[in-house]
Order: sequence, then C-alpha cells, then structure tokens
Amino acid sequence: MSRERERPDPLAPSQRVASVPESGIRRFFELAAEMDDVVSLGVGEPDFAAPYRAREAAIDSLQRGKTSYTANRGMSELRERIAERVTRYGLDYDPEREILVTAGASEAIDAAFRALVDPGDTVAVAQPSYVSYEPGIRFADGEVLRVPTRAEDEFVLTREALEAADAERAELLVYCYPNNPTGATMDADEIAEVAAFCRDHDLGVLADEIYAALTYEGEHVSIATQPGMRERTVVFNGFSKAYAMTGLRLGYALAPERVVESMNRVHQYTMLSAPTTAQYAAIEALDNCGSDVAEMRTQYDRRRNFVLSRLDEMGIDCFEATGAFYVFPEAPGGDASAFAEDLLQAEQVAVVPGDAFGASGDGHLRMSYASSLDDLRTAMDRIERFID
Amino acid sequence: MDERAELLDLLRENARYSTADLARMTGESEQAVEGAIATLESDGTIAGYQAVVDPAKREPEPVRAHVECNVTLDRETSYDDIAERLAGFPEVASLRLVSGDYDFAMEVEADSMGEVSRFVSEKVAPVPEITQTVTHYIMDTYKRAGHRFGDGEADDRLAYSP
Repeated sequence: MSRERERPDPLAPSQRVASVPESGIRRFFELAAEMDDVVSLGVGEPDFAAPYRAREAAIDSLQRGKTSYTANRGMSELRERIAERVTRYGLDYDPEREILVTAGASEAIDAAFRALVDPGDTVAVAQPSYVSYEPGIRFADGEVLRVPTRAEDEFVLTREALEAADAERAELLVYCYPNNPTGATMDADEIAEVAAFCRDHDLGVLADEIYAALTYEGEHVSIATQPGMRERTVVFNGFSKAYAMTGLRLGYALAPERVVESMNRVHQYTMLSAPTTAQYAAIEALDNCGSDVAEMRTQYDRRRNFVLSRLDEMGIDCFEATGAFYVFPEAPGGDASAFAEDLLQAEQVAVVPGDAFGASGDGHLRMSYASSLDDLRTAMDRIERFID
Repeated sequence: MDERAELLDLLRENARYSTADLARMTGESEQAVEGAIATLESDGTIAGYQAVVDPAKREPEPVRAHVECNVTLDRETSYDDIAERLAGFPEVASLRLVSGDYDFAMEVEADSMGEVSRFVSEKVAPVPEITQTVTHYIMDTYKRAGHRFGDGEADDRLAYSP
C-alpha cells in the first residue's frame, strides 16, 4: 500500500527570490504592449545606436575569430584604456589590479553586493534610485536601509537625509549620480558632505557613476577623489549610457585591489569573463568614439532644454535636472500612478511613476528625453492636451 | 558652442525646426533666435533651405551625372571665371573645384539622359578653357547630406525600461 506524500514543489522560488517584488513598471508595460502609436518617454536607454566604429570593430573581431573567453578581469588592452579614460574624473586606478570588466555595470554592482555583504549587513540606498540595488542587496542576504532624498533638495543626497535615515548604522552606502530617475547631479561640495559622513561613520561607498559622461552643468565629481575615500569606495561605470552600448552589456568597477579580488571571485564563477565581442567594441569606443559621445551629449542637452521649457510653459513643476537623460517633474494632481496610467490610456504617452524607484519618488514622473525631438514634441503636445 | 554655431548646427540638422523650438533647445529668446537667423541669411552664411529628397522617389525620376572637367588657365582666365560661366546654367546642381586628376567636379541634373548629354556636349565641352570632360551617370544614391535613403530604422526599444 503506497502512501501519497505531500512534497512541496522542489522548484518553488527561494525565499530570497520570493521576497523581491516584481518590477513596478511591469503593469504599464503590459498596457502599452496592446496599444499602437505609443510615444514612450519611459525608456531607460539611449535612442542612438552604438557608434558605428564600435559596431565595425565588433564585427571585425568576430570575422577574425575572436570568440574565446578573455582574462577574467577583462582584456588588459581594455583595462589600460579604462584606466586612462577615468583620469578625466581625477581617478587613478591600476589596470592590472584595480579594474574589473563586467557584463554591464549591473553585473559589477551585483558582484559587489555578493562580495562585500554578509548576511544581516545593512546597506543604505539613496532613493529614488535605479531599481536593481534593493533586489541585489536581498539576493546577498543583506538588509536594505532606504535613505530618501527630498524634492526640496532637488533629490541630491545630503548629510541631513543620511542622518534622518540613521544611515550611520549601515556598513555600505549605494547611490547613483547623475541620478536615474531624477536627472539630479551632485557638485563637489555636496559630494564632500556625503564623503565626510561616510568617513565619520566608517561606511563603504558603492558609487554608480554610469551616467558620469552625461553631466550638462559643471563637471562630474567622483566621491573616490575625496580625501580618504578611495580606500572605501567602489566606482561603477560602463559603456551603456555614454556610448549607447546597452545591448552589448559592458561595464566596469574601479576599486582597491582587495575589493577587486573579492568581486572577481564572484565574477569568475558566474560570468567567467565579460562578452569578448563587446570588449573589442569598447576598445574602439575608447580610442576613436569620443566625438560620437560629444555629439550625443549635445543632442541630449538640447532635448533637455526643450523638455524643461515645454513643461514650464505647461505649468508643470520640474527642477532643472542637470544629468543623465531624465527629468522628474511633479505629477499634475499629485497621484503619479493614476496620472501615468490615464496619460497612457488617453494619449498613448508612456511615462514612469516616480514611486517605481522608491517611495520618495512618489508624486513625480520620470520622463526620459532619450528620444528624437519629433517624438519629444509629439509627447509634449499630447501631455499638454491631456492636462488641459 | 556659440549661439551662431549652435543655430547653424540645428538648422543643418533640420531646417524646419520652429523658432519657438530653436529657442527652447538653445535657451535663447525667440526674438534672439529670429535675429540671429536673419543675420545668417543676410550675410550669406545661409544661402537657402531645401529638403533632402530621395531621387528614386521623385516622379519622374531625374537623371543626374557627375561630370569631371579639366581646364587650362591662361593669363586672363582664372578658375573663378570658368566657374562663374558654368554655375549660371540651371542644369548645374553643384560645382566644386577639387584637387587631384581633374579640376571641377560638377553635378548635372536634367529630365533625361539625352538632355544631360546635350548639355555637356553643347554647353560645357565648347568652353575654350575646358580641355576634357568625363561624364559619370549616377546609378543609385544611398546617402546624401548626411541622410541615408531606404527604409527608416524603427525604434525597437521596449516602451518601458528601468
């Protein structure tokens, strides 16, 4: 006589995965998928293709049969060029020991969480922010401590915000400036204030600087250039935003030798090495695509001015975003989710409600201006009609 | 970039941008933009505005040829004099003095091959200083004034991404 034994599903999601909610923009994605003629300001990637020379270099590497793994840390020719490139931000890293090339900055950030976070460690996350930090921390069994930045500070991270959130009890702080989703940037004084807090309370910093090249007012400031900060900072950057290479998946981390060694332990067992074809494209990008980056930056800046002007003329409140390719206006009427959904239904314009990036983004909308001016004009005309 | 260079850059990108949009993109007032464009026009920097048209989609499709012209100069005749004489013909769409194996690169446009041939043999070749012409009929155009012809590339990005 056999007995039926109730066994739980062996392929049920782990508690770790189950604890991470689905992305907040999924619902909008499904709504938009059923519509024609959507003009999207909801896209978090450039509308440009990768520079033609970089694409050619990728093709050429394939034709020459360069399809094997590379060194775990990335090709040395690439690491040397990255080291050279980041000197423009005053950063000085040894290509042999202090640079790790990854499959997008996203992989580097995940590797850093897994390499540095012990179960129960607290990681402070400045919000609103890119959506991957919280899940990454949870996958590493860390505790998330949210640090809301405020609209009245134009979403800059301040010492007051860190203190108000009790961030001194965290082991690590992660942030992204120029910021996705707000477009905020931080100047030298503001960065110095955050650096002082981290030194005072002995916090490590994970600085996501993927949008560094897209800074429109003043120069990008890396926290790793602040006194005493290089030893406690991991800087993330990559090719997705500045070089419009999102699909090629190539990023990098800059960190002290011991940190790169720990991260590489994760990286070598999960990714082995970053995509080889993309590394060849990246070498060409760093050698010969500076003018492409400058041209895209010029285009973004014009569009930024255009969108900010149109919003202002419509009476929609928006601080002057000075980085990345986002503006973060207040949602007319206050309810950002309802506004985004109604706008999509009524006028087929896609924008993302700010709370998708953390509760402190509530009441705002992320609008990406990584779209052609024609599309931006159409979107603004439709928004104007919608709020009328 | 100064205001003049910025406006030129924008108008070369798309001459149909409205004054209001040019003002929004550059952060200048509409009045300032109008004034700057008026200056660019009156000082001859902007000679005109025209659409970039795919010749294959014009009906009837015009015939175009790239004509190489060699010249010999004498004491009384300069390149400018010859250019002046050639540029006056409405069939000459563009005329450039170039370095290399020949002197003038001329683009000729007319309604038929016969018209192009007659123009070259009756109007260009007889010019006394012109010693030789080589006519290349244009068979297809892939790119012009920075614009590629053919099917446009669709934006295949996801409508929402983080």
